[in-house]
Amino acid sequence: MGKKLIIMNHVTKRFGDLVVLDDFNLYINENEFITLLGPSGCGKTTCLRILGGFETADEGTVEFDGKIINDLEPNQREINTCFQKYALFPHLNVFDNIAFGLKIKKIDKETIHTRVTEILKLVKLSGFETRAISTLSGGQQQRVAIARALINRPKVLLLDEPLGALDLKLRQEMQYELKEMQKELGITFVYVTHDQEEALTMSDTIVIMNQGKILQIGTPEDIYNEPNSRFVANFIGESNIFEGTMISDYLVEFCGKTFECVDKGFEANAEVDVIIRPEDFDVISPSKAKIVGIVDSLAFLGVHYEINVIVEGREYTIHTTKIRKIGDKVGLSVEPNNIHIIARKNHA
Amino acid sequence: MMTRSFKRKAIKTTGLLLTILAYLIIFSPILVIFVLSINNSTKGYSWDGFTLRWYRDLFLKDVMKEPIMNTLGVALMSTLLATALGTIFAIGINALEKKKRVQMMVVNNIPVVNPDIVTGISLMIVFSLLSFTLGYYTVLLAHVFFSIPYVVLSVMPRLKKLDSNLYEAALDLGCSRFSGIFRVIIPNISTGILSGALMAFTMSIDDFIITYFTSGAEYMNVSTWLYATISRGRSFTPAAYAYNIIIFTVTIGIIVFINLKRDRKEKIT
Repeated sequence: MGKKLIIMNHVTKRFGDLVVLDDFNLYINENEFITLLGPSGCGKTTCLRILGGFETADEGTVEFDGKIINDLEPNQREINTCFQKYALFPHLNVFDNIAFGLKIKKIDKETIHTRVTEILKLVKLSGFETRAISTLSGGQQQRVAIARALINRPKVLLLDEPLGALDLKLRQEMQYELKEMQKELGITFVYVTHDQEEALTMSDTIVIMNQGKILQIGTPEDIYNEPNSRFVANFIGESNIFEGTMISDYLVEFCGKTFECVDKGFEANAEVDVIIRPEDFDVISPSKAKIVGIVDSLAFLGVHYEINVIVEGREYTIHTTKIRKIGDKVGLSVEPNNIHIIARKNHA
Repeated sequence: MMTRSFKRKAIKTTGLLLTILAYLIIFSPILVIFVLSINNSTKGYSWDGFTLRWYRDLFLKDVMKEPIMNTLGVALMSTLLATALGTIFAIGINALEKKKRVQMMVVNNIPVVNPDIVTGISLMIVFSLLSFTLGYYTVLLAHVFFSIPYVVLSVMPRLKKLDSNLYEAALDLGCSRFSGIFRVIIPNISTGILSGALMAFTMSIDDFIITYFTSGAEYMNVSTWLYATISRGRSFTPAAYAYNIIIFTVTIGIIVFINLKRDRKEKIT
């Protein structure tokens, strides 16, 4: 990755007594697609608004390209925003909406015309120049909003849940297109969402947030495979979480059984959380298995079945392609490298 | 069955008659003035043949010229000032946090509910305490003062309907805080501003009480002039009726025009 373009240093933001961002430290690389992911109210939108210049940090500094930009007005930043509800100008048509930023900069008409035509092609809206905003569908409005921000050739584009209002099919299409655009234009995207799938598919880097704090930063693979806390494990994908004890290096005990694992370095008998993804369980015959349970419910999810297995009063969620009936006795096994262990003190 | 349909018919007819009666009661005073404005007689209420001379007098013979020009002059200026100030106030109030916004709106509404007589007298006292000479400027100030809250009230709902990110989007795309208001906020609340301006204009033309207390002895608008004429025991020229009918027609015309325009707009969207 390129150099650090944005550095947020100890940024704190309060609304009244509520601490929305709590000693927030983050750097964003050039040309990175970074996603702030977290439940609503976790401070991700506030973080974006501080970068855009719509809120000021109570404490800490925001650096952009080596300069502190805390006190810069939004119009003085080489950052553009794509707002959640698009915020297109209802009194202007598509062309004038997109040309807005260029007209403010007093760029000559011909250049404006070429650049608008160019960007309309990029967002696949050629021929829509004179349409009124109110006649566009949600997806089209979304594209206009992106075009309007991108035409200013910002170094950074901030996107606040831009796909939230679109239906599933359109959303997936736009996810792909956004990612393509980002690669093609070489612009840093800072993307805010509460949709973990969206985050996993699009991002170079994911920042998991909760209650104004960063819990984990990493690539989608890192975050999915090595969540560092219960919260992250639960938030990114589904998880079975057990309380267990580290017997020794490479040996963990949970649910009354001992399992081999790949983790070491814990104290003997340390209390730990054991995380196992639903797809990491293998369904085998009960006679060969350490864990044996009864199928309690099942749902067909397209690619796989989701089955709930009751083992000694505990419910396990399992994703499998093998069909079982409700009431069937099944055995479960798990590979050592699919058992993830987190020290208990990391409870979020 | 027979009785039932008869009953229904009777109810319908009564309803229609009542409606006609209601409209008649509401509009009969205007009807009377209309008749008087085209009546050739100058004295009393006897019909003396059709004429348009009162209308002609109004435009050609400088009858009532001074009070009419005063009224229109103050109305235009106060509308201009009150609309500009009221719009700025509304934008400012809308940008406040909720609690302060509610407080400000309460303050804004006080002059609206305050009886004109109280407003008029208190303004008169303030003006004389400041030793202003009562006349055009004090009347203008008073009219601006009582028009602003109406402008704020009619601009506010349009502002509330705006996407709160709209202004931020303007800033984001390079507008300064000032030009953002002109390029994005104002065009999107223009209907509210226009209806506020119309309201301010109507209030100003309409006003008697506040003008009476703030105008002094020399300066008169149409309503204070009419009042002065009557109180001196003189009957005024029927051109006054013509003036009233013109004002009424213009008002109705504007209202019909705006409604038609809105209907068409709704049909399109």
